[in-house]
Amino acid sequence: MPNRITLQITRYHPGHDEKPRLETYEVPLRKEWVVLDALNYIKDYLDGSLSFRWSCRMGVCGSCGMTVNGVPKLTCATFVSDYAPGPMRIEPLKHFPVLRDLVVDTSDFLVKLAKSKPWIIRSVKKSLEEEYLQTPEQLEAYKQFSMCINCMLCYAACPVYGLDPLFSGPAAIALAQRYNMDSRDEGAGERLDILSHHDGIWACTFVGECTKVCPKNVDPASAIQQYKLTASLEWVKSFVLPRGGQ
Amino acid sequence: MVSPTEYLPKSYRPRVSTYWWLARWAYLKFILREASCVFVAWTVILTLIGIRALTRGPADYAEFEKWLRTPILLTLNIISFFFVVFHAVTWFDLAPKAMAVRVRGKRLPSVAIAAPNYVVWIAISVAVAWILLRG
Repeated sequence: MPNRITLQITRYHPGHDEKPRLETYEVPLRKEWVVLDALNYIKDYLDGSLSFRWSCRMGVCGSCGMTVNGVPKLTCATFVSDYAPGPMRIEPLKHFPVLRDLVVDTSDFLVKLAKSKPWIIRSVKKSLEEEYLQTPEQLEAYKQFSMCINCMLCYAACPVYGLDPLFSGPAAIALAQRYNMDSRDEGAGERLDILSHHDGIWACTFVGECTKVCPKNVDPASAIQQYKLTASLEWVKSFVLPRGGQ
Repeated sequence: MVSPTEYLPKSYRPRVSTYWWLARWAYLKFILREASCVFVAWTVILTLIGIRALTRGPADYAEFEKWLRTPILLTLNIISFFFVVFHAVTWFDLAPKAMAVRVRGKRLPSVAIAAPNYVVWIAISVAVAWILLRG
């Protein structure tokens, strides 16, 4: 293994640069280093002006998502040695406006996430003394979707979101489905209009890349396809049953 | 007078290239999968033309068979065959994603959804081949 590796990193200084450019840095190649370690090395020793987001360093916070050699990755979980001898290319997450260097504007995702109402909705709330009990089977039904860390790698991998920014996107739909499938939740009806809108599940063409890049195995592609079935059944019910099956 | 947008961060909005689907093999595979529907449609149309020729009598059907042997049709149908197979395989592989079947609280593994599809596909193909090749 060579002892150094070249990193080509996107730099963008708003107000100065017309568009992002690539800058090259050479860093030590260490077996235990992830991409985030290499970026921190650059910031500490080579160029303190390099901007990027990170926090937990252990695949929990979802802050350090970037494009590594064209593929969306959590940089805290991507080993530099896997890309030896290099060069490696580190770019900001695709499909989001770039604020500076590797930092993207996440506002659009946050608005969409809130619209899908990712919280437990109850028609009548129990008193604080009462519990909402759940069996292990009921937990199992939605647990996979609850693992989402909002890292937005799925948005960066989704060509539909890139071409149509109005699309709700994989994570927001998967999280809506996480609450729809929760036995304690009663808000599926409230989420139906948002999800079954043409910018919701029906915009998805099932490319499936969201699932492949997800670092937590959430499988948003599956959540969307399953919800297409649910929404279709609701649509049929609205015709067949009295009062639309409400 | 300070403009209300003066202190908003300026950002660079990247544009998706027209050729985004060539950037990664996974995207190209997706586009080929979507394009396969054209060849599926062609196969259906060809079948309908064949049935119409059959109902019009042996002379028309012989003409239809002669037409099938022309190089253009032969090439088109060979390409169509591969696309139809590709369409079927990708369809069966995606089926487990859309169908979350739970037995006693546990989700069935993908292979349990995909395998029956393949078994039925092979069984029908063998049955059709047997009917056609028996005479």
